[in-house]
Amino acid sequence: MIRFIVRRLLQLIPTLFGLSILLFIWLRRLPGGPETAILGERGTPEMRAAIRRNLGLDEPILIQYGRFVRRLIRLDLGTSISTKREVTTEFLQRFPGTVELTVTALVIAIGIGIPLGYLAARRRGRWLDHLSVGGSLIGICIPVFFLAYILKAIFSENLGLFPSSGRQDPTLGATRITNFFVLDGLMTREWDAAADALWHLILPGMALASIPLAIIVRITRASVLEVLNEDFVRTAEAKGLTENVVRRRHVLRNAMLPVATSIGLLTGGLLSGAVLTETVFAFSGIGAFLADSISQRDYPVLMGFIMIIAVVYVLVNLIVDLSYSLIDPRVRVR
Amino acid sequence: MRASRPKVAIAAVAAAALAVAGCAESDRDGSGGSNKDTLVFGVAGDPKVLDPSFASDGESLRVARQVFETLVRPEEGGTKVSPGLAETWEPDAAGTTWTFKLRSGVKFHDGTDFNAEAVCVNFDRWYNAKGLMQSPDVTAYWQDIMGGFAANEDDTLPDSLFKSCTATDPTTVSLAFTRVSSKIPAALMLPSFSIHSPKALQEYDASNVSGSADDIKYPAYATEHPTGTGPFKFKSWDIPNKTLTLERNEDYWGEKAKLKSLIFRTISDENARKQELRSGGIQGYDLVGPPDVEPLKNEGFNVLTRPAFNILYLAINQKGNPKLADLKVRQALAHAINRQALVDSKLPPGAQVAVNFFPDTVEGWNGDVTKYEYDVEKAKALLAEAGAADLTLRFHYPTEVTRPYMPNPKDLFELVSGDLQAAGIKIEPIPLKWSPDYLNATTSGNKHDLHFLGWTGDYGDGYNFIGTFFDRQKDEWGFNNPALFEKFKQADSTADQAAKIALYKELNADIMNFLPGVPISHSPPAIVFGKDVTGVKASPLTDERFSTAEFKS
Repeated sequence: MIRFIVRRLLQLIPTLFGLSILLFIWLRRLPGGPETAILGERGTPEMRAAIRRNLGLDEPILIQYGRFVRRLIRLDLGTSISTKREVTTEFLQRFPGTVELTVTALVIAIGIGIPLGYLAARRRGRWLDHLSVGGSLIGICIPVFFLAYILKAIFSENLGLFPSSGRQDPTLGATRITNFFVLDGLMTREWDAAADALWHLILPGMALASIPLAIIVRITRASVLEVLNEDFVRTAEAKGLTENVVRRRHVLRNAMLPVATSIGLLTGGLLSGAVLTETVFAFSGIGAFLADSISQRDYPVLMGFIMIIAVVYVLVNLIVDLSYSLIDPRVRVR
Repeated sequence: MRASRPKVAIAAVAAAALAVAGCAESDRDGSGGSNKDTLVFGVAGDPKVLDPSFASDGESLRVARQVFETLVRPEEGGTKVSPGLAETWEPDAAGTTWTFKLRSGVKFHDGTDFNAEAVCVNFDRWYNAKGLMQSPDVTAYWQDIMGGFAANEDDTLPDSLFKSCTATDPTTVSLAFTRVSSKIPAALMLPSFSIHSPKALQEYDASNVSGSADDIKYPAYATEHPTGTGPFKFKSWDIPNKTLTLERNEDYWGEKAKLKSLIFRTISDENARKQELRSGGIQGYDLVGPPDVEPLKNEGFNVLTRPAFNILYLAINQKGNPKLADLKVRQALAHAINRQALVDSKLPPGAQVAVNFFPDTVEGWNGDVTKYEYDVEKAKALLAEAGAADLTLRFHYPTEVTRPYMPNPKDLFELVSGDLQAAGIKIEPIPLKWSPDYLNATTSGNKHDLHFLGWTGDYGDGYNFIGTFFDRQKDEWGFNNPALFEKFKQADSTADQAAKIALYKELNADIMNFLPGVPISHSPPAIVFGKDVTGVKASPLTDERFSTAEFKS
């Protein structure tokens, strides 16, 4: 198990190296640079040249890349061109938001998706099945930003049930410890702040959950249908186990393997889906910041954030791989 | 009995929650207050930095305008230079030394006194900037206004306009300049020339911009400790929640702020700002989309229209296409465009057709210039006269962008190119992405015949508009007119205000005769407040003062 983990972590190094080269070249090949974003219509060609020279963007790309790698080895991701703050600081201030949002979306997607998929399989061909299959198709097709506007119009503007944007009511003046707002509220016993932060997570969580929810419903349904036809289920039923036990120990557990795999992959998708959701809900996370940084051509932020996201993605999938052995004792990681 | 997995998990989560609960100190002051003395205002972007000396983005400057004050400031709701920290000011006979009589009894937020010496500490700090503080993206406005520094570290930097600061007595300070300039005193209204507390500057190492040129780091002062004299004090910048909180300065020298706290909250999406206003999470926001102005008004929100302080123009490049160097052809273009129809149908309410290259809110505006009324037949005749009946023009317009002066570039392009085609001109449309393709293509090289561009003024002086466009040879316009350039130089170095204004009027007339481009319109940007918020006056310079904002009871 330890060797498996170490091997997977070592594989990260060439992956990150390759990614950094591709990213570096791709970013520099995007038309224009930070200078036009900084100067706007105020810029003269001379001013733009001066800023490029200052940022070292007029040097050969290999030298620029060398400088980036030298910093990276010291775990220094540099500073943002637009805010001049350290990329790591920028990340740590925003990543907790994205994690809270992603976890909320996952909880909604898994909490609703698995039972719904299971029920659809058990009631195959009945109205619940049709409804969930049809509904999941809509879930996959509907653009997140559109869903977001609808959710906000209904639940926020008209019903006033949920806040329409942001992470927390700023007038609460909540204390910040970890930047995970819900956790911070619990840690400092600012219960109202924790509840308010949780409240802010519902609508964006729902918007972000739409696609993974639909996928989980479909995968669970297909997987359960397959397992229901297996010999061991028939055997279990034949030997007189109660339906409850058969369902829990035999059907669900075996059906969960492909679902777990898809959840690992979906988490990566959630991180990219967060870009849109965060922007529409003015939710402070890495997604919205990345989108801004692309239009600002803030190279250090883009490089740093994407590299860290890659590491997170690999780690999440490593955890998923490890969880297989919990779900299914037959699977042993080597 | 063995506990089931879900039960174990729930128990574990509950235990963890109990374990973390109360394990850290709350640093809330518990003064939360009623919502009637806290205004949350939606802005489009996070401020970049809290020291306005390093800022050039609108959001940083908006914060600075509440926390800091400048020697002179724009009159409320206008552009005229009026008293700020200085009560009076006057130039010497040569026009190079300006003496300011300062307000007394003013204190910085850290309790230290504001006086002439503090002013000099600030100017000396900017002037003596070293190393990375001389980077063009760090001290952009200082370089724009003053040129260079005491010791320029880059050969391409010009000599400094600023020369020295002398504190004669606690309430008298003199600023000496190397030459007469049209920028003084108007440019001193810019938040970049905000006066900081010398004690705080030193305590938080404000001038220590560290790192390397491609890896600049701001000192703590610029991110955590801005200390000015304004009606609001900086309280906290909650980046993870995209909010910045200011609180009332109880020791303010003038009328104290009505609000106890003012919170700027970033909501970058325009529609999200509107939805948040409607659902009550914010009580105002800036950059209202032109189509939202009427609906919001009808719903009872306080939509304020700023007096226009911008210009949209159609630039003509005389270098790429020799036909455009012919004045008759340029006049034909001007006559061919129905600017009134464009303003009426495509721009927000309150927009006007431009007669000069600056709005009439700026001194030196001249209504008595050559005007080019809409007349297709005249345009055709002029083209025929110039032997340019068969003219094809490459018309650049930007995509994926709205600017305060240009809400919908594509619509504008369609209208204008339709007008030009009606006059028999063939148009080759060239849509480009605003940043960077469009900006690069229209301000360098000579492949652009026609393009849209515009400008929002920095401060209330005409030179900031027409000087920026026409005081030297530029690739954007591609002409060389030494007589015009000479007159600009003369205006820039005229110290006498009345004489300077007279020259601006002449320049406006000359420009409209020479017609390097066609001024199209001035659009008023809108700002909105909640139904029960009053007291804020819209400013053409976006210098809204939130200290006068209050909730109707």
